[in-house]
Amino acid sequence: MIQHVDNPIIEVHDLTVSYDKKPVLWNVDFTIPAGALVGIIGPNGAGKSTLIKAMMGLLPLSSGYTELFGKKLNDVRKRVSYVPQRESVDWDFPASVMDIALMGRYGQRGLFNRITAEDRSIARQALEEVHMLEFANRQIGQLSGGQQQRVFLARALAQQADLYFMDEPFAGVDAATEGAIIELLKELKSQGKTILVVHHDLQSAADYFDWIVLLNTRLVASGPVKEVLTPTLLQETYGGKLSLLAQVGDIASSKGVGTRE
Amino acid sequence: MDAFWIILTGSLVALNGALLGSFLLLRRMSLVGDAISHAVLPGIVVAYLFTASLTSPFLLVGAALTGLAATWIIETLNQKARLQHDAAIGLTFTLLFAIGVILVASFAGQIDLDMDCVLYGEIAYVPLDTITLASGIGMGPKQVWTLGIVFVGLIILLLTGYRGLSLTTFDAGYAAALGFNTSFWHYALMGAVSLSTVAAFESVGAILVVAFLVGPAATAFLLTRSLKWMLLIASAVGIASAISGYYLALWLDGSISGAMALMTGVIFALAFVWQMVVKR
Amino acid sequence: MNSLSQFLSLSDANVRYVVIGCVLLGISSGLMGVYTLLRKRALIGDAIAHAVLPGICIAFMLSGVRNTWVLFAGAVVTGSLAVYLVDLITRRSRLKPDAAIALVLSVFFGAGILLLTIIQSSGNAAQSGLDKFLFGKAAAMLPEDLWLFGVVLLLVVLVLLTGYKDFKLLAFDKGYAQSQGIPVKALEMVLSTLTVLTVATGIQAVGVVLMSSLLIAPAAASRYWTHRLSGMLILSAILATLGAYIGAFISYTKPGMPTGPWIVVVLSCITLASMLLAPNQGVIARYLQRRKHRNKILQENILKAFFHLGEKKNNQALAFGMEVLRQQRDMPVARLKSGLRQLVRQGSLLDTNEGYQLTRSGLEAATRVVRLHRLWELYLSRHLNIAPDHVHEDAEGIEHLITPELERELELLLDSPGIDPHDSQIPYTQKDRNR
Repeated sequence: MIQHVDNPIIEVHDLTVSYDKKPVLWNVDFTIPAGALVGIIGPNGAGKSTLIKAMMGLLPLSSGYTELFGKKLNDVRKRVSYVPQRESVDWDFPASVMDIALMGRYGQRGLFNRITAEDRSIARQALEEVHMLEFANRQIGQLSGGQQQRVFLARALAQQADLYFMDEPFAGVDAATEGAIIELLKELKSQGKTILVVHHDLQSAADYFDWIVLLNTRLVASGPVKEVLTPTLLQETYGGKLSLLAQVGDIASSKGVGTRE
Repeated sequence: MDAFWIILTGSLVALNGALLGSFLLLRRMSLVGDAISHAVLPGIVVAYLFTASLTSPFLLVGAALTGLAATWIIETLNQKARLQHDAAIGLTFTLLFAIGVILVASFAGQIDLDMDCVLYGEIAYVPLDTITLASGIGMGPKQVWTLGIVFVGLIILLLTGYRGLSLTTFDAGYAAALGFNTSFWHYALMGAVSLSTVAAFESVGAILVVAFLVGPAATAFLLTRSLKWMLLIASAVGIASAISGYYLALWLDGSISGAMALMTGVIFALAFVWQMVVKR
Repeated sequence: MNSLSQFLSLSDANVRYVVIGCVLLGISSGLMGVYTLLRKRALIGDAIAHAVLPGICIAFMLSGVRNTWVLFAGAVVTGSLAVYLVDLITRRSRLKPDAAIALVLSVFFGAGILLLTIIQSSGNAAQSGLDKFLFGKAAAMLPEDLWLFGVVLLLVVLVLLTGYKDFKLLAFDKGYAQSQGIPVKALEMVLSTLTVLTVATGIQAVGVVLMSSLLIAPAAASRYWTHRLSGMLILSAILATLGAYIGAFISYTKPGMPTGPWIVVVLSCITLASMLLAPNQGVIARYLQRRKHRNKILQENILKAFFHLGEKKNNQALAFGMEVLRQQRDMPVARLKSGLRQLVRQGSLLDTNEGYQLTRSGLEAATRVVRLHRLWELYLSRHLNIAPDHVHEDAEGIEHLITPELERELELLLDSPGIDPHDSQIPYTQKDRNR
């Protein structure tokens, strides 16, 4: 069940990504309609984060390409916002909540131009939206996991982008934060923004998202939530890796040649 | 007057170390800083073969390139030859440093450089090597000028690159997603570390400079959770180590730079104990 | 040459001490290096090495004599203290291990330099000979030093042999060792202590500044040749001994030259050579393997072009020239020529007057590649839901990787299909059918 759409906001074409010549994503090919709240779902090691990073140009591709808004990423960077996994950074870094939120403005402002009063007010507003404004001067090392995640979200909001990529925003956060985040995402959606979320909880997926991408090293399904969350497709996603794929990947890696040479 | 110049020299070495070391520490690259400081030795010796000392900025930069080359070798060993990262660091700096020591020993008669200088510099002799203008006006020690110029350069780098350095340090993935060139900032920092270790070489040698790169930054890291304050506190700790180290060495009649390095550790120990007490 | 024969014949008593010393030191360092490397603690060894300097100085200042055993005791005390402090700082503060290592290393070394210069200025530096601990001086080894090295080596070997299985588990998979109820903490303490002892003896030859190389380089080199722990241990011990011995010899021929740097240069050369030359994991071996595969791809692509041309004409016995082949599949003329030559030599092609022609074995090989290509396309479209117009690119790469075992698995999974997603025949030769 791979449903393609006309005039997609995201088009992923024949994407293959390898670590150490071993493909971890095979020939992924899908389109996403504008204004969707999308869940990327699959078991551990399915390549969900890899997919997002590859779409953001953070990993070398073995094959394929991604188009956002019908253009190359470099032409539309300012309209795209990325929220990395919370664990990917060291929260002992000496900075305040406000410092991090302001980083969201660096993309629009450049690294060498002054941060203006306008930037500060945008950052404050972003913190307000995630209910973190009262902690603006708090040092980030003193935040709870949920609060850290909200700060990351505020940083992304401060970019004022139209498209959001979020890597496991619900991982290790409290129920209140999870609720607040999903409210916020729905609010963004109602403003016409498109949001992609890497998510690992099947239970809540049906409530949270309106479009689902099922992934397990290869694309299993992509389409409206009702059509995708079926027992057959879920079985196919969580029923283990395809052993042939894994074996060919191992051979490519051991020969040091990759699958696309 | 000599005391003033020696303390000023030590303070400049410590300031340069504190500012750069703070970013190294936050990037978990303190040991790469250690490796660079050892690895610049062969570059310095070759530079000495061309000229009596490191007064020429060209040679200063030339020697600093050795440090950049070392970081590149470490990356290459790690990625192309699949050597684990810590071993790549250990292998690279010991080899380059060994080559440097062999060069020093081989050209012992021809260059104004001995093992003592390599190990702990000649900060005591800094006031003797002065610049005098044609008109006869004394301009103070050469080393102070060299280190001072590097310090001013660092301040400029920090004022213009503060956001670039802090963003790529905290979250390199996000910085890359915003379209910034993270390896530019990496090599800018590594280049600055190389340059300042070369500049500090005549004063404190190739090894003790690591104490100034790590000690003040580590102390400040324990005491504050703000990057700006961390840079300021590290600078203050660096200067305090230079001053107290000078008088410690005077009292014990030993190496000044060694004492300054020891004092960075003593001040760190105080901060460490303090933060353990506060946490309780 | 005179010095060489003198060095090799062991006629001089001093030379005998140096050689025996190098062997004893090399073995213990080579063995301990493997464990520090595998446990990713290579640079802790560096911190220990720098940290033994103040210990030696304090021991000398307290005792007033340059006694091997006394200095050794001092070295062990501050070396162990360094290990403890690195651990303490990382456990009880926000500092990360790398910063803690660099801090302890440089501050202890600073203290050591301060003490050393104090001893020098007090005037008895000459008789102390402490400066040889900085860059090593193998020629200054005394019989009592050798006894010390021997005792340390014996201890290292005995402990490592007794706990061989447990240490092995610890080195390769700490988490699993923990789950098996092995006293990980205690074993790590034992390894750290042995490392400190080894470093405290090794500095005699290499010096504190470069000692970490004697731990890292031989172990790193041995890793390229074998993955077995026992093999690594033996090889690393041999390489470390060799490096120490050659380095000692070079510095022996040049008076005034410290031993350490030469040992490090020799060891590094051994490691770099291993990196390049080792079979399987060496850089050159991996490059050759990649080149071999590229060549295989070239040959198979040419064979495939023949098959496709023959398929169109419904006759696989036709001969084709270079131009026709390049129209079928575009590739640089030089590459094509070299590929054709290889295939003729292998007997896959015949060089006839009308052009090149598939032989029977050539046809079998060509059929196999096309078959694998089409099988993979079918697999992708059936099992990965990939549209038929997207499967060709991937199959172009995979067809060269599939082994006979995987092929059989594919056929089984696809239920011996006849037609690929583009409605082309999946080809078999008579020989394949007989299989």
